[in-house]
Order: sequence, then structure tokens, then C-alpha cells
Amino acid sequence: MAILEIRNLRKVFGSVIANDDVNLSLEAGETHAILGENGAGKSTLIKMISGLYKPDYGQILLNGVEQHFANPREAIIAGIGVVHQHFMLIPALSVAENVVLGSEGGRFLFRKKQAIDNVLRISKELGLPLDPAIKVQDLPVGMQQRVEIVKALYRNARILILDEPTAVLTPQETEELFAVVRRLNQDQIPVIFISHKLDEVREIADRITVMRAGKSVHTMPIADATAKELAQLMVGREVVLETLKTPAQAGEVVLRVENLSVRDDRKTTRVKNVSFEVRTGEIFGIAGVDGNGQTELVEAIVGLRKLEGGKIHFLDKNITSENVSSRIQHGIGYVPQDRQRDGLVLQFTVADNLVLRSVGAKPFSKSGWLQKKSTRANAEKLIKEFDIRPPLEDVQVGSLSGGNQQKVILAREMAREPMLLIAVQPTRGLDVGAIEGIHRHLLSLCEQGKAVLLVSLELEEIMQLSDRIGVMHAGELVTVMDAKAATRESLGLAMTGERVEEGVAP
Amino acid sequence: MSVLGLVFSNPELYGSTLAMATPLALGALGGTFSERTGVVNIAMEGIMLIGAFFGVMAAASSHSAWIGLLAGVVAGGLISLALAWPAVRLQSDQVILGMAINLFAAGLTAFLLNTVYGFGGTPISTPQLPQLTIPLLNNIPFVGAVLGQQNVVVYIMILLVIIGHFFLFHTNLGLRMRAVGEHPEAADTVGINVVRIRYFGVLIGGMMSGLAGVYLSIGMLNSFEVNMTDGRGYIALAAMIFGKWTPFGSLGAALLFGFATAVSYSLQNYGVSANLIGILPYALTIVALTGVIGRSKAPAADGLPYEPSK
Repeated sequence: MAILEIRNLRKVFGSVIANDDVNLSLEAGETHAILGENGAGKSTLIKMISGLYKPDYGQILLNGVEQHFANPREAIIAGIGVVHQHFMLIPALSVAENVVLGSEGGRFLFRKKQAIDNVLRISKELGLPLDPAIKVQDLPVGMQQRVEIVKALYRNARILILDEPTAVLTPQETEELFAVVRRLNQDQIPVIFISHKLDEVREIADRITVMRAGKSVHTMPIADATAKELAQLMVGREVVLETLKTPAQAGEVVLRVENLSVRDDRKTTRVKNVSFEVRTGEIFGIAGVDGNGQTELVEAIVGLRKLEGGKIHFLDKNITSENVSSRIQHGIGYVPQDRQRDGLVLQFTVADNLVLRSVGAKPFSKSGWLQKKSTRANAEKLIKEFDIRPPLEDVQVGSLSGGNQQKVILAREMAREPMLLIAVQPTRGLDVGAIEGIHRHLLSLCEQGKAVLLVSLELEEIMQLSDRIGVMHAGELVTVMDAKAATRESLGLAMTGERVEEGVAP
Repeated sequence: MSVLGLVFSNPELYGSTLAMATPLALGALGGTFSERTGVVNIAMEGIMLIGAFFGVMAAASSHSAWIGLLAGVVAGGLISLALAWPAVRLQSDQVILGMAINLFAAGLTAFLLNTVYGFGGTPISTPQLPQLTIPLLNNIPFVGAVLGQQNVVVYIMILLVIIGHFFLFHTNLGLRMRAVGEHPEAADTVGINVVRIRYFGVLIGGMMSGLAGVYLSIGMLNSFEVNMTDGRGYIALAAMIFGKWTPFGSLGAALLFGFATAVSYSLQNYGVSANLIGILPYALTIVALTGVIGRSKAPAADGLPYEPSK
């Protein structure tokens, strides 16, 4: 009998059908992957299984018994452990406090020693060493994930659900996680592994269920699945997995960064003595695990963050002490990491967002008065050029899909014909189709002889697009290598801080 | 001895520091309990007023200061539900709610004072909470004059600070309260009832602020006057922030502000402008809020409404 069985599950939010007729069965000791694009309904499904949402229709059966979880507590008691994509940990509390929170044991007094002993015991059994006394905010993300797993097992989880667990891990940390998953399987604990990364799923899963547009479209043993077939099931049409890239004709230096050091808001130095160059016609990719100084580096180059030390040259001009707007005037375009917070004014129309950078200048304003006509003409032109949908200039940008929001930003930045485009995580959260489009635009910039500085957490993306790849770790640019010589392994190694000889793959 | 020497070597100064600090510490402690669960509480001023008025009213009609104390605490708890319900259930803006409660309480108590007691004010016969004399402690020179003879609420306050610290940092419920104030969604996923915890925090906080008001009306005096809190609720707010949202920190900050007030009273007798020294607590409040002296960090989810799972 299946340990967990999901039958015809349905969940509707307002007019959005998040889940519809979802079916799934989980056998003892298996790792069952759920593969689907962003917005396919994976997270909604997990939230129903873990008691955060109540299904509108359908059944959840555990060992053949139907469950109606009124809240997460009931799901926990039933043995369901979830490691959410965004960790549900409290940074200001210690590891031990986080692990036992809500199930502390004892009536009134908090038993600190008992909590610490429990963490030590479980982490030892799993082979995942953890310091119970340290505060979670002082742990790297890989370690925080361990805390989440220990937390689930402390609550006697009989099923472990991992929601996009590798998004924040280095390839090496991912391997460690996989070892833990296999160990759990040996102990007959089944694991649901949610992901949108094909290769990863093929490595760890026994069976796989593909979700698309809120439905479970297909379940099969992993051995029967090819990458191409899975990608088609996910997207619902044929996709080109590789972008065709012609090698760049690298020309003169556009951006030169010398010995850059930058502090974050807490005054900790997050970028240490970083130097590199970006040349015309090339895409310079910066890889690294999230939080290793990429954000601060980019903010410093764009002018959003003060330097602790170092110099920035743009087109042979020292721009170190110039502010954001004059740097933009010189020809820097910027696609920020968080498009909804930093890239767009969500309540404004598409047309207004498309002129945000240039609204103070002709032809969009004349002697202080906005020129609606040229703003509209500009929007019509860019909407056509970048295939923004729906093709309407006066809808609120917030109502567009993520992919189209990103197109609006790209259109705005590229329309200014920058010599250098800095793009941070430009395809985060987008579906395969939209990613293709964004990639094509970035490549077209290079063909026009412009330069691109691409920062991404997705190794695949970096490797597909870049001509040269720099890897950041703990604020340092550990290595810069030729993309042709780079492999997943060599990049992964560099992401953990190992120094690699320039241009030489180990 | 110089004038200043006389003032600062007088144990009465420190005794009255403690007395002045008591309503501030109680209010700050109340705010701490509320904000540790993630509900911003700037309503201490209004809750104190309510506590002060209903304390007097119950004491006067029952001829028992103790019943007055109880009534003031209950009234403080009840009015705090006017913050808790919209803040927790309707995800309303907590700062605006707090301000509204302050204005409402000022108006309500002024209206009730006039309606119930007329122009004569609260009855002269209203009983007062007793001054306690602690045996032995009272006999120690200097210390005895500071700590040995105080109003009963002062001792209750000291006990509440100690219990409050123990409760927040050494009990399961305290851990859950702090968790809810830092990351309610995480608390929700481990089965903690965020709504209930927040109600609890605000309610306990309201009762403590109510007690602060009781102390003003039937502890220090035996009457109620319009707007008698005179900004103490806001100083309590600053004491909470200055004290980094901890019970002992709140007490420490309250003592500092209380000391400034006590000094201003003492120096009045020596021809130093009371107004000048009277601004000292407020000046210190600004300094505390600018974070010049140590940076205080609010609970991460303080003031952020949380919509529980559905």
C-alpha cells in the first residue's frame, strides 16, 4: 500500500485554479520527484499536504486512511515533515530552539539541555554535524537546510518533503544532501523531492511525477524518462534546451574593476579586493552560491553602494565617485535581481515603466511637462520589438506575468543602447519559454558589440551564455576561466572557495 | 557641600527615581510583551489612562484600593483588545490603531471624569494603595531609604520584571512568543497558533500598562486628573526600545528616565529651571531612538500583520 496517496486534489484561489485533479502515490523508501515549472502548482500541493491550505476537493490518504488536516500541527503529528523552499527558521533563535519549537517537551519550562541533546543525537544519526547552540542567522544556507531536516526528524516525520532543496546549494552540498536522502530511503522514509531541474531529478529520484498548469500530467519510473521528454511534459510543447551561442569577438575593455571592496548594510565587508574586466562583444558571467558578495558587487558597480576601496573604470573613464544617474548616462544598463521591488513600479502602466530611466529628458518631457504622446509611441515600439504580452501599453505592469515583466525591464534598459548591460538573475522564476527569449536578447547585445555582465545562481545559464566565467566565494573572485574550459565540477569546486588556475579545468 | 553634592547624595533622590521609574517600567514591560509577539504597541499612553481612571472609579465606589487595582488592570487588558483584534484578525496598521487608542482614551476618560464626578473631580475619600515598609531592608542606611519604603506597586513592578524575564527566556510559551514575533510563518508551520499567541502578548501587555495607570492614580495619588499620564506612555515606549525589548533592559531604561525626572524635581528647590531639566527625559528619548547608544533591533516581524493559513 502506498504510504501517501493523493487523489483528485483541487485548490482554487479566487479565479486562479492553483491545483486541479492532482494525483500522486508515494511508496515506502522511495524518492519521488515532482517536476514542474514555476507556477505549475507544486508549492500549493505541498501546502495542502502539510496542512497550511485546505483542499477544495479530493483526498489525502496516509497508509490508506483519509486525512483532514485543520492546521500544520495535525500534519506534523501525522508524520509529515516539510523543508520549505524558503526556510521556516527563525534567524534570531539558536539551532536547538528552532529544532524543538512548537514541540518543546515538558509542560512549562523550556528544557534547553534536552533540546541540545536531541539535536546532537539526530544530527549524529544522519551524519550531518550541527552546533546546537549557534544562532541560525550565523549559519550558511547549506547548514540551515540541515537544521530543517533535523527539525522534521525531531518531529518523527515518516515522510519528508523537500521543496526545491538545491536552489541555494553548491554542487558539493547538493551531493551531501543526496546522501542524506538515500540514507532516509534506507530507513524506509520516503522523500518527495520537488524541483524544476531535470538533471538533478534524474540523479536522485526513483519515480517522477510531472506537473503542469496545476495538474499532475504524468508519473513514471525515472529510468523510462529522457530529459527531452520531461522538458516537453513540463512545458507542454517542444523546447530547445541549448541556446546556440556563437563565440564572441572580444574587443576593447568596457568595464574595468580594480581591487574593489564593498561593505553591506551591516558594515561587514562582503566584496574583497575584486578585479576584473568586461570587454565589448562578450558576456562575462559571475557564478557563485547566493550571498557570496554578488549583490554587493553589482550594487557597487551600478553606484547604489559606496566603496570601501578600489576603482571602477567605464570606457576608460574613472566613474568611481559618480552617482547612479551619471553612470547610466555614460551607458550602463541594469536589470536588477528583484524585478518587482527594484526593477518596476508595479502600479504604473507598461508605458510609464518603459520610460522610468529617461522620463526627465526629451522627448518624454519638455520643460517639466510629461509628453504622453512620445511615451506611448515609445511603448508601442518596444512592446512590438520585445513581444510583450498582452500588447497593451496602458495596463498595470503588476498584472503581467513574470516573464513579461522581465521583458519590460529588458526593453527599457536595451532601448537606451547601453554599452554594458548588467543583468542579475535575469531569468529567475521564469518558465522555459520566457528564459529562451531573455537569453536571445542578451546574446543579441553581444552580437551588436555591446558587453554583458551576467550574474546568476544557475550554473547552466552561466555556462550556456558566458564567454568568460568568474566565480565568487566569500566575497572574493576565486577564479576567472574561459567558458569553453569550464565544467560543472570545476565551477562547483570554485564555488566552495577552492582556487583554480586561470583557464585550466582540473 | 555644593548644591549638586547635596542633591545627589540624598537617598530620597534615588527613592523617588524608583517611584518615577515604576510606571515607565510597567509600560515598557507591557510593550515588550506585545511587541515580542510582533504587535507594535504605541498605545501605552492610552491604556495607562484607562487603567488610571477605572482604578480610581472602582476604588472610590468599593472603598478598596485593591479592587481598584484589579479593575484598572482588567480595564487595561480590555482596551488592549481594541488593539489586538484589528491588528491580529484584520491585519490593520498597528501604529495607527495605537494612536487611535491613545486619542480615544484621552477623550473617554476626560468625558467620564466630568460625567461621573462633575467639576469637583474624583472623591477625596478614594483609598490609596499602601506604602510598604520592608523590615530589615528598611534599617540599612541609604539603601533602606531607597528601597525599604515604597508603594506596593513598586515591589510588584520589580517582581513582574523578574518574572517577565524568566517567562520570556526560560519557558516554552516565552520561546513561542519570541518565535511568533520574529517569523510568524515559521511558527505557524510548526503548529504554533500565531493568532492566539499575539492576543496573549497584547493582552498581558495591556494589563501591565493598566497597572502602570493604576499606580499613577491610586498609588502615587488618590485621584484622577485629565491626561494625568502626561506623556509617560511615550517615555515607556522609548524605554522599551532603549531596553532592547527585554524586561531588564526596560527597567534599566525606565530607571534612567526616572532619574532624570527625579533630578528635575530636586533641583527645582535650588532655582534650576524645572522646564529645562524637564525636557531631559525627552532629549534622552530622542537619543535612544536615534540609536546612538547601542543599536536596538526590534523583533523581525514587529508590526507586520500575519494572515494565518487557510
